Formats: sequence, C-alpha cells, structure tokens
Amino acid sequence: MELNAHVPAGPIQEQWESDQFNMKLVSPANKRRFEVIVVGSGLAGASAAASLAELGYHVTVFSYHDSPRRAHSIAAQGGINAAKNYQNDGDSVYRLFYDTVKGGDFRSRESNVYRLASLSVNIIDQCVAQGVPFAREYGGMLENRSFGGVQVSRTFYARGQTGQQLLLGAYSALMRQVGLGAVTLVPRTEMLDLVVVDGRAAGVVVRDLTTGEVYSKSAHAVILATGGYGNVYYLSTNAKKSNVTAAWRAHKRGAAFANACYTQIHPTCIPASGEHQSKLTLMSESLRNDGRIWVPKDANDARPAHEIPEADRDYYLERQYPSFGNLVPRDVASRAAKRQVDSGRGVGPLKNGVFLDFAEAIGRLGRSEIQERYGNLFEMYDRISGEDPYGTPMRIYPATHYTMGGLWVDYHLMSTVPGCFVGGEANFSDHGANRLGASALMQGLADGYFVLPYTVGDYLAGLLGQKAVPETHEAFKNAEREVSDQTKRFLGTNGKHSVDHFHRELGAIVWDQIGMERTRSGLEQALRDIPALKADFDRDVRVLGTADGLNSSLEDAGRVADFFELAELLARDALHREESCGGHFRVEHQTPDGEADRDDENFAYVGAWEWKGTGTPQTLHKEQLTFDYVHPAQRSYK
Amino acid sequence: MDFTLKVWRQAGPKARGSFETYKASGVSADMSFLEVLDVVNEDLIEKGTEPIAFEHDCREGICGSCGVMINGQAHGPNERTATCQLHMRTFKDGDTITVEPWRAAAFPILRDLVVNRSALDRIIEAGGFISVNTGSAVEANMIPIPKVVSDAAMDAAECIGCGACVAACPNGAAQLFTSAKIQHLNLLPQGQSERWQRTEAMVDKMEEYFGGCTNHGECQFACPKGISIDFIAYMNRDYLKSKVTNRKLGGQGFAT
Repeated sequence: MELNAHVPAGPIQEQWESDQFNMKLVSPANKRRFEVIVVGSGLAGASAAASLAELGYHVTVFSYHDSPRRAHSIAAQGGINAAKNYQNDGDSVYRLFYDTVKGGDFRSRESNVYRLASLSVNIIDQCVAQGVPFAREYGGMLENRSFGGVQVSRTFYARGQTGQQLLLGAYSALMRQVGLGAVTLVPRTEMLDLVVVDGRAAGVVVRDLTTGEVYSKSAHAVILATGGYGNVYYLSTNAKKSNVTAAWRAHKRGAAFANACYTQIHPTCIPASGEHQSKLTLMSESLRNDGRIWVPKDANDARPAHEIPEADRDYYLERQYPSFGNLVPRDVASRAAKRQVDSGRGVGPLKNGVFLDFAEAIGRLGRSEIQERYGNLFEMYDRISGEDPYGTPMRIYPATHYTMGGLWVDYHLMSTVPGCFVGGEANFSDHGANRLGASALMQGLADGYFVLPYTVGDYLAGLLGQKAVPETHEAFKNAEREVSDQTKRFLGTNGKHSVDHFHRELGAIVWDQIGMERTRSGLEQALRDIPALKADFDRDVRVLGTADGLNSSLEDAGRVADFFELAELLARDALHREESCGGHFRVEHQTPDGEADRDDENFAYVGAWEWKGTGTPQTLHKEQLTFDYVHPAQRSYK
Repeated sequence: MDFTLKVWRQAGPKARGSFETYKASGVSADMSFLEVLDVVNEDLIEKGTEPIAFEHDCREGICGSCGVMINGQAHGPNERTATCQLHMRTFKDGDTITVEPWRAAAFPILRDLVVNRSALDRIIEAGGFISVNTGSAVEANMIPIPKVVSDAAMDAAECIGCGACVAACPNGAAQLFTSAKIQHLNLLPQGQSERWQRTEAMVDKMEEYFGGCTNHGECQFACPKGISIDFIAYMNRDYLKSKVTNRKLGGQGFAT
C-alpha cells in the first residue's frame, strides 16, 4: 500500500484554487449518468449529497435513522468557526489555519487545514442563505463568541443548538433534492459492507433494519460520512447508535485507518451518577467563556460550594495557565481535571467532578444575560442532575467526545480504495492530534459542501462511459453472503450475556488503558484483555429474536464486534506512538511540569494501518508530515 | 425505587399488540426513563424474552428519536422535557407507569414502542427549505436581520421533529410541527421569495397524512421545546393569503 496525499504543488494559499482548475469536469449531460452513494446523513453526508445532486449526479443516501435529521451532528452545541473577522479582532484565514495546526499539536496535514480555513467563510454564507438562525447583534449583524484554544472571537452559534440548526439546514437542502427526485433517500438501512471490484469501490451491501432484507447497491463512487468511533469507550457523549461499522468494514476491504489513538476527551461533561449510566452528556465548551473552574483546596472539605470562601478554592486552570486560564484547549483542560479528581479533590457525591462556577459571571453580567447565552444548557443540566446551576456550581468531568483518527484520505478526501471517499469525523484529516472547539461542524460542512462535490467529480470524469458494476456481480453476492452469515452466527450463539454487557466491559478496558493517560504496560495489558473478551463475546453473547425484522440487539451485536477489532488497533496505535501529543498522552513522555512531550524527529507522521486479515496485526504505513508554514513548537498556553 | 411498568408489546406492523407488565426494582432517582427501559431489557434478555424495542439515540433531548406515551402523556408529565431527559425523581416509589407508542394514524407502529414518522419528512420535502444551491449564497452580513426576528425564527426552528405534538393531539394533527418549520423560514428575509408557495405546499402535504386542528392546544404542552401554538395562527394566516397570492403570482405569468 502506498500513501500518496496528492497535495498540489505551489504556495499553500494557491493550492486549492489551482487544484480546482486542474480537476477534470463532467458535463451536465454526463453527470446524470453517474450514481453516487452517500452513507450517513449528518453534516458531511447531507451536505455532500445535496450538493452533488444539485450538480446533477444521481445520489442514493443510506441512513440507519428513521429520518436524516437525527444524525448525531444534531447534538453539537457550541458553534462553528469561520475566519470572517467580523469582530475586527485580528482574525484571518491564515490565523484560523495557524490556530488549527497548532491546536492539533502539529500532527495534521498543513494543506488540508489551510483549505479548511479558507472555506470556512463560504460555509457561513451558505448556511445563512439556507435560513440558519445564527445569533445576531441588535443591529442585525451576526454575533460571535470565543472558544477554547484561541484568542479571537470567530465562533458563530445558534443558542446552544448550533449543530441542530446547521444539520437542519443541510437536511432541508437534502430533502429539497429528494423532492426533486435527484436523491433517493433510504432511511432505516445500515451499510454492512463495502464492495470492491477491480480495485475500485463498486457499491455497498446494506441491511434494511425494518424487514431484515440484505441487499446490494452499486455506484460509481461511495462516500462514507459515518461519524466517529467514540462509543468504543461505551460511555461517551456520542449518541447511543453512533458506531464505527461502516468505516471499519471499508477498512477491512482495503481502506487504511489512520491515527486511531487520537481520541478527544471533552473537559466539560456531566459526571456519571452511577452504574446504570448509559451515556454522558456534554455541556458546551462555550460555558468556559464565563464559568470558572475550581476545586476545594482541601480534599476533605465537605461544605457546600457556596460556603467555601475564595481563599479555600483552587482555580487551578487560572493558576497554572495564566494567559489562557479557563480557555485552554480541551486536552489540557481534561488532563488537569483528571489530576484534581485523582488527587482526591473531586466534588459531588461520587467525588468524580470539578466545579464550573457562574457566580462571578452572574454578578458581573446579570442573570438575564447568562440566561440569554446559556439558558438551554442550564436547563439541560438541571433536568439531568436535579441541581440549579444559577445557584449551585455545575459539576463537570471529562468524557470521550470526538475522534480525530479515522479512515486515511488524500487531499481529495479519497481513501486508499479508489472511489471510496470519506468526509467529516469519519476521516482522519484536519484536526491532527487534537481538535479545537467549534471546528467539527466547520470540517463536516467544508467536506460536504465545498470539497467532495469537486473531488468526486474529478474521479468520476475518469469513468466516463463506464457502467456501474452490476449488483449481480459475484463480489456483491459474496459480500451479501458474509453479512447474512454473521447475522446467523449472532442469532445462533445463544450465550448468557447481552451485547450491552460486553460493550460495557470493553468500554471499561478502553477507558482505563487507552483513555486520558496511557502507559506502555497498560496498553500491553489492553492488547491481551481485548482479544480475550472478544473470545468471550463470540462464545457467550445472547442475541434473541430473528433476522427478518426490527431487532436492535442484532444491530448492536455487529457494531460491538467491530468495536472489539477497532479497540485493538487503538491500543496498537497508542503503543507504537512513543510520544505525547494532543489527545494522546503517554505517561512516559511528559515534560518535567507534566505537559505533553512531543517527538517531532521520530513521530511527525500520520500512522495509517493496513488490514491484514482477522487475527493478524495490521501493518503500519507512514505519511511524513512537513510543516513549511507553521513551525512546530511546544504548545504553551501558560 | 421500585416501579411496575405496563408496556405495549407488538411484534410487527400487522401483529396484534397488548400490554405486558414488568417490574423495575432498585431504580435510582438519577436514572433517566430510558435507562429504566435499558435495565428492564437486560432482565428480559437474561430470562430469554425479546427486549422492548424503543427509539432512542442522542439521549440529550435534541435528536428527536425517543418519544413514548407515559401514563397517557406524550414524553411524560414534565413540561419541555423529552423522554430521554425525564428522570425517575419525577415519579413516586412504587408507581405503576403505562408506556405506549405514539398513537396516530399517520404514525403506523413498526414494533413495540417504535413508530414510522416518515410522514414528517414528506412535509419538509414539499417545501421546508430555501432553494439556494451550494455556492450561490451572498456574503452573510449582506442580510441584516433584526435580532427579534432572528430570535423568533429560532424559537420555531428549535423543533426536534419528535412527533409528540401529533401524538398529543386528539385529531392526530401535525399543525405545530408544520407551522414551526413554515414560520422559521417565513419569518426570515431569506425565506420571502418562496413564502407563499412553501406555505401552500407544506400545508397541503400535511393534510394528506394528518388530521385537522381544532385548537385543543395539547400540542404545545407536549412539545419538549415548548413551541407555541401562536405559530399555528401565523401559518393559518399565511395559508389563507397564499391561496390568493399564489394565484396572483400565477396570473402575472410567474410559475407557482
């Protein structure tokens, strides 16, 4: 396998434009001869499908939800970055590019990040035109706020529901194309295999989740926009159904999987309240703009928060990082919170959180201003915890939130399987080892609205005159058989424990050994424990019911089986990366004051893994990263 | 806490359904309603009975997947709270809780508590968008929008499409859902060019699937986002006007 990123030549500011000019075009009359499959209907999937259909391609969208609008992009709260510089505070495309490369701890591809930063401004225009009701100033202009890891205000938002509003915008564009007949929408249908014929993506095998029917759909190109793999931890802020299956099955058909160990633990989530916890809820990072994070200085301080005087509080982020304070990037904030809780100074009944306190901000701005900014988040917190954050400080703790790793893609977002493109969180591309807040929405929409419609066209132009591989081809039939066989195996195992039981156990291993801090011995232990648990799962899982109807245990079984394999790769990738960077923190590699100790000499590369068959470890391929514009330095937020 | 759950079980769209009774014991007040269903399902699997099928995904009250009738109320007793955000501290120890799927002609049951809500997508498809192809947008600050207008549009746009309004309505009407989408777009300057076509198309599509509104107002109390029935009044006004305006535009030779 050869990794060629196909980065265009020339100065970084001109690369995308010259690349666009050099791309082959497909004439309007020929576009309708091409079939494109989009899997997933989140920001990247819905925007790509709508934009490709507007161009004239015929698009089929598969979603396992009942409606495309339910994709997990909907849950993003805080905002979307764009280098509009409306605030006149010194922002620019170059600064957004610089911040993203630095925030990613110098592990992303500069060219991709520059393109992302330059497209960010078009995204805002597009979304406003669609009717996305972003927050506005009284004069009618768009409002911005600041976010962790940066010193300018470039984040656009719609109350605490920015993801929802952006997704509804993309969904409306998609539904318009459905109404026009340019998109065939197939809801409640899950992709279970990628079919590759003569080295090219030829289509997918799917299962209709209501009837259980397994069938194939062929196309000239396949776009995977299927999100991240945070649920490998079992407890995460991801939606319950979010999974790695589509990406993983593409990996097993030849798509390299990159940087699996870069997982983002978000600092501000509501701590677990007990064993029954089924998922964790994020409280937008924007809260750190006005909230102050602290713990009592004395671990045994049992007084309620408001009775603890200032002198007995430790605002540890403000103390350790005076220039960024509570707005340090996510990885830094998360590790700092973990250290407080590990040292016994955690707060709450289970001593598993730290305070995020708004008393000072309410005093300064008034309750109504805080309500205007964060009202819905406060309500959400109250509903979940039963505590009123206007009176009592919130309790927060880090939780898995986003995965920077994913399928390897080149500059055109094409994986190592020609014709298989990957957009949004499912690819590894733009965030390096750590994603900055409000950049996920930006990337998903940049990929879908402004990158894939061009690059997919360039690929298709080379296929002019060719028909899609027929679904009767034996590669499709074999893949269908494999999918049906797996289903039968799950239903026939008839063991003792539910799928969820195994998922929880797997999550515990991954969180303990491959969570916020990783050690060599822990990772080696994980590499022994995960296969052992997988063997138990294969032998002892209990999936009831039948294959010919709605059966959520059966759906989960396939997803958890893939999480097992992914977890092994996660451990292997984390073990081989003998450095600390961004979301990957190896205890052996830290500076004397406990910060990440990066090794640019030996590890400034993308680690892309090639599948070698079940039971055989993947092999590593390296894409060397060069930094011609932003020179690597140790990130300092002090 | 201990609860008795009476849950609607139905094996498939055409199968006969009935209530089954399950015990949920050792429940913590901090558990969400869906986590109680998780616990009951774990028990059922242990005993060899197929688990209860229910919709859920984000469990943060935003995706709109979840939604069941709890003691006859859509999303349960708390105002502005989706099922996934309903916590057991709301109930009394020992309560019997009845759990049913949404009941509406437009939402056929697929299995147990899962219904098919795709009729809502059909309404959006009919006109719930602003026709602007990718790439043809103007610079965002070229369209100043008064904050009050933008806020009102956002109030409507918050709809999560869960279908509680339909389930709560004695007529199975989707006026609240449809009006929220229409008004989100009709309030904004960007939405003006298609305002009248949009309104007529979406209302007409809605009427193909759903019942009529007779001003019960149950919908706004069931709505987990607290969307106001005022939007229905605005929609009715725009619908009436659209019947005249669309003909007038048509008479001037514009396509409608």
